[in-house]
Order: sequence, then C-alpha cells, then structure tokens
Amino acid sequence: MQAIYRNVFGGKSGLIGLLILAALIFVVMPLSMDIFRLNLVGKYLTYAFVAVGLVLIWGYGGILSLGQGVFFGLGGYCMAMFLKLEASDPQSTAIQSTPGIPDFMDWNQITELPFFWEPFHSLTFTLLAIIVVPSIFAYLIGVTMFKRRVSGVYFAIITQAVAAILTILIIGQQGFTGGVNGITDLKTLLGWDIRTDSAKYVLYYVNGALLLLCILIARLILATKFGRLLLAMRDKEDRVRFSGYDVANFKIFIFCVAAAFSAIGGAMFTLQVGFMSPSFVGIVPSIEMVIFAAVGGRLSLIGAVYGTLLVNWGKTTFSESFPELWLFLMGGLFIAVVMLFPNGLAGLYDKYAKRFIVSIRNMGSGFLDKRTFQKPAFMDRVLMQAKLQAIATWLGQIRPQRDDLKHKQPA
Amino acid sequence: MDTNTSVALAVEDLTVSFDGFKAVDGLNFYVEKDELRVVIGPNGAGKTTLLDLICGKTKATSGSIKFMNKELTKLAEHNIVRAGVGRKFQTPSIYENLTVFENLEVSFPRGRGVLGCLGFRRTPDVIQRVEEVAEQIFLKDLLHSEAGLLSHGQKQWLEIGMLLIQDPELLMLDEPVAGMSVKEREQTAELLKRICKGRSVIVIEHDMEFVQRIAHRVTVLHQGKILAEGRMEKVQSDPKVVEVYLGH
Repeated sequence: MQAIYRNVFGGKSGLIGLLILAALIFVVMPLSMDIFRLNLVGKYLTYAFVAVGLVLIWGYGGILSLGQGVFFGLGGYCMAMFLKLEASDPQSTAIQSTPGIPDFMDWNQITELPFFWEPFHSLTFTLLAIIVVPSIFAYLIGVTMFKRRVSGVYFAIITQAVAAILTILIIGQQGFTGGVNGITDLKTLLGWDIRTDSAKYVLYYVNGALLLLCILIARLILATKFGRLLLAMRDKEDRVRFSGYDVANFKIFIFCVAAAFSAIGGAMFTLQVGFMSPSFVGIVPSIEMVIFAAVGGRLSLIGAVYGTLLVNWGKTTFSESFPELWLFLMGGLFIAVVMLFPNGLAGLYDKYAKRFIVSIRNMGSGFLDKRTFQKPAFMDRVLMQAKLQAIATWLGQIRPQRDDLKHKQPA
Repeated sequence: MDTNTSVALAVEDLTVSFDGFKAVDGLNFYVEKDELRVVIGPNGAGKTTLLDLICGKTKATSGSIKFMNKELTKLAEHNIVRAGVGRKFQTPSIYENLTVFENLEVSFPRGRGVLGCLGFRRTPDVIQRVEEVAEQIFLKDLLHSEAGLLSHGQKQWLEIGMLLIQDPELLMLDEPVAGMSVKEREQTAELLKRICKGRSVIVIEHDMEFVQRIAHRVTVLHQGKILAEGRMEKVQSDPKVVEVYLGH
C-alpha cells in the first residue's frame, strides 16, 4: 500500500499535484465555462495525451519524435471509422448510389465497403484497434530504427517523414479515407448522440479520467527500474548496453507506450470534436505537440498537461486577434523555452515556487517547533557539502587533462 | 584446440581495419584465469581498440575471440556482457542523474529484459549486494548522493563498482586511475589486487609506477601488434620497447 502510494502517486507532493490537476479538470473548468469553451478545453486535453507520451520518450528517454501526430491520427481515425459506419446506415444514406457505405466513398465511385473497414462495425474491435494499431505501427518503426541504432536528429527527421507520408497517403486515398476533408458528420456512438451538450459533458469527463489514468500508468513505469534505466540510457547509452541490456528493446517499448497514449487522445478527439482529418496527423501538429511538452516541462507528466492547456489557450486567444502573428509567436515561444527555461513550467515551479513554499513553511514552523527550527543550520551544511563536491567534480574534470599532457612524454 | 585449460580469454589472429588502416593487426593474445594483465603502448597502439573488439563495440574484420571457449565475435554487445565480460570506459561512464545506489542497482544483473525491468523489486539481497560493492569501492557513505556530484576519481570507482556488481569473469578497465590523486591510486591498486581473484582482469594504463604495482604480466602493443609480453622488469628492459617509447 505504502509502495503504491509512493510509486504511483509520487508521495505527498506528487499526490497534491495530481489532486490539483484533477480538481482543475473535473471541478474548476466545468463550473467556470459554458459547454462550448469546455468542449474546447476537452479538445486541448486530448493533445495532452500526446504531450504526456512525449515526456516519457523525449524527456526521460531522450528520443525526440516529431511524428507523434501519426499515432494521434491513427487512434482518431480508428474511432472515426466506427462512428462513420454507424452514421452511414442504409436509411440515412438512401439517396446515395450505393446506400450503406460512407458518403465520401460514394462520391468517389466506390460501390463496396473496403475490407479493412469491415471490422470497424464492431465497437470492441474498434476500441482494441485504437490501442493496438498505433502500437504495432510504433513497434515496426521502433524495430527498424532502434535496432539499427538510429537516434537523435536522424530519428526525429525520419518520424517527421513518416508523418508527412501518412498525411499524403490519407489525402491521396480519398475514397478509402475521406481525403483532405477527413471523416466528418459523425453522429452517434451505439445510438447515443455525441453532439448534444450532455454527451459533450460526459465525454469531457471520460477524457479527463483517461488522461489521469495515462499519467498514473506513466508514473508507475517511471517508478520502476525501467524509469531509472530510461534516464540512464539518455545519459550514457553505451554504459547501459555494456551492462547487459538490449537498449533497442527498451526504446521500442516506451515508444509504443507513448504511441498508445497518443492514440487514446486521438480517439477522444474524434468523439469530442466530431471529426478527424489529416490536418491532425502531419508535421505541423506533431511539432506543436512537442512544443506543448517543452513548455510544460519535458520531465513533468503534469507539467505537460499545463503546457498543452496554456499554449492552446494562447493559440485560441492570439490567433483570434492576430492570426498571422501566431505562428511567429509559437516559434518564438519554443526558442525561448529551449534557451531560457529548458525544463519548462515545471522547471520554473521547482526553481521558484517550490523554494518559496518551503521557505514559508520553514519560517512558520520554526516559531512553533524547536526541532524544525534547527533545520536551516543542517540544510546549510548539506548545501555546503554539495558545493564542495561540485568544486571537487570540477577540479576532477581538469585533472585528467593534465594527466594527458604527462602521457605525451615518453615514460 | 586449447590444451591449456587455465586460458580464459584467447584472442587469435585478430585484425580490424578502418578504411585500410589496421588498428589491430593479426593479434594473438591470451589471458589466464586469476590473472591481472596490463596492456601498455604508445598512443594509437590499438589498446582501446582491442578492448572495443573484445566487448563487441567494434566488429572484427577477421580472427576470433574466445572467452571460456565461447566465440564472442558473433555475439551482440549485451550477450557478450551476459557471457561474463565487463568493460569500463576510458572516461568514467556513469549515470550522473542517478544516485550512487541507483547506479549500482541498475547494473545489478537481474531483470535485464523489458518486463524484468518493470517487475524488478528492490529486494533485501539487492540492497545487501549494492552495499557490499559500495563498501569495496570506498563509496559506502555516498550511496545516496547524486553520482554527478562525485569527484573524478570516485566516478572511476563507481564505474568499477557497476561492473563488480555483475560479477564478471573478465573485467576490462580502460585507464582506471586517470584523474586520481596519489592516495586514490594506492586505494585503487589495492582494489584491483583484491578483485582479480577468481576472474581475469585486463587493464590499460599509462602510469608506469601504477602498472608495476598491479601487473602480473604486461603486454606492450605497438601499431596493432604485440611488441613484447611478460613480467614488468623483463618488458621494461626489452630494447624494442625502449626504442618505441623513447624513439619519438
């Protein structure tokens, strides 16, 4: 029990962070907004799934993927295919030359439902496919890239290419995919109208709950040895490899987890927004999602959610008044984050807010409790030690160079 | 082929060529069990390349590397490690963002698969082993400090500890005392003497005083070939060795 509390919720501070986020999503937002705005927030929160996945692979694993939109899109398309089939029953498509198939197929002179659409009549299959299809795709990309030791910029570029290819494929195969318009006019989920206000509320809450679930799963993974190994791989990949680990397998696994998270977000996007289109698959959305994670903090699962909300709120607000300036602002924001506060909002919080809270707490309890009053002196000693060690490290780094000089001389 | 059963590592006709340049050239090299071998040689002699070849970081162009009669040249790096070969890099490779404890724990040879990692528990035997190794490498008091804060010498020890915890049968150390103070060097010499029991150790080192103190036998490499091999005194007085070291 204690272990679960510590690992999953991250102890007291982790639990508080989680509760504040839960309160914000489940209470504050619904109470302070009308359903239109809330639905918008729900849409933003679907991007947060991708950002949380990016914290895992990029922040902890050091693998920058610029193609997470692919998995968001695959999840979204799986959901949209099911909803589209339900919306295309023979009665409502009676005016088509082939009733009972999605309208865009009819427009493209397709007279029979393609074989890969057939299983999407089943909701169970669809829900499985939302997780499994993107995971398998991520697995294939992972195996081809990581087993060949493709990493860093090369990996980023290739994932970006994959995003571009998938977009082109979707747009090109209009008859099967709905083309550039995407899959639209989604109406009901097992007869339940998803366009009503009440449905939007329900979906918003389901979405929030799933997001928190993903954060908890991510925390659980990070709390195990796997989490420490991810950090280790990011810093010294060779050391991990020469400690008997097959590094590629670990990268593949975490890449698949991030893909599955993104896909859940994509599916929830389709449900809440009512359509899915290639514009959420390609390069631009994929990069935007990296910016969300960066602004929130690469190493903070919760920070990624705030980063997503903040950037999207900014996007909505600014792009209403200065539509052509927004992209520049977004680019500037990304540069500013990388240059000035590389750990994002979460880093700023740790650096300033947390210290402030701790100092207040110490001050307050100092008057009341003698034991904690002695704390500052003890803290000083610890800090001093850390500083001395840092200096020692620094000196240590200089010393080998001197040794190298010595080696140049004949022994 | 091996009639001498005490040979743990047998490197035969090993060649690696980088665009025609033979960094290691037809090398034959044998290390026995319980032996501490030091490899010396001028810069570019192929010392580090030799270790790279044994641990699989570099693939050989031709030749064979047999460890405990198991061919290593065809194995993937992590499988070479699992066969009992541990290797310390020239610059200390430790995980700076993890604590000393976590560095050792991650190196503990259990749960090396993805699922094994997810299900890995910090059981009493893990904790005991980590503490045991930390004691050996003089870092017992620093178990819970971040590894990035250690001094250069302590980082070297930590990396040795990360290998020790895997209990390898062949331990390869690339310049283990670089950047260490005189006192740290002495401690390291003691450490190496202690840990070479029950396994084979290969050390690359430039510090001749240190070599003299630890080596059972010394191999001198020059231009990818063995120039001399034997006891330190014998090697030091070898005219070819003197020539190579003083000739440039």
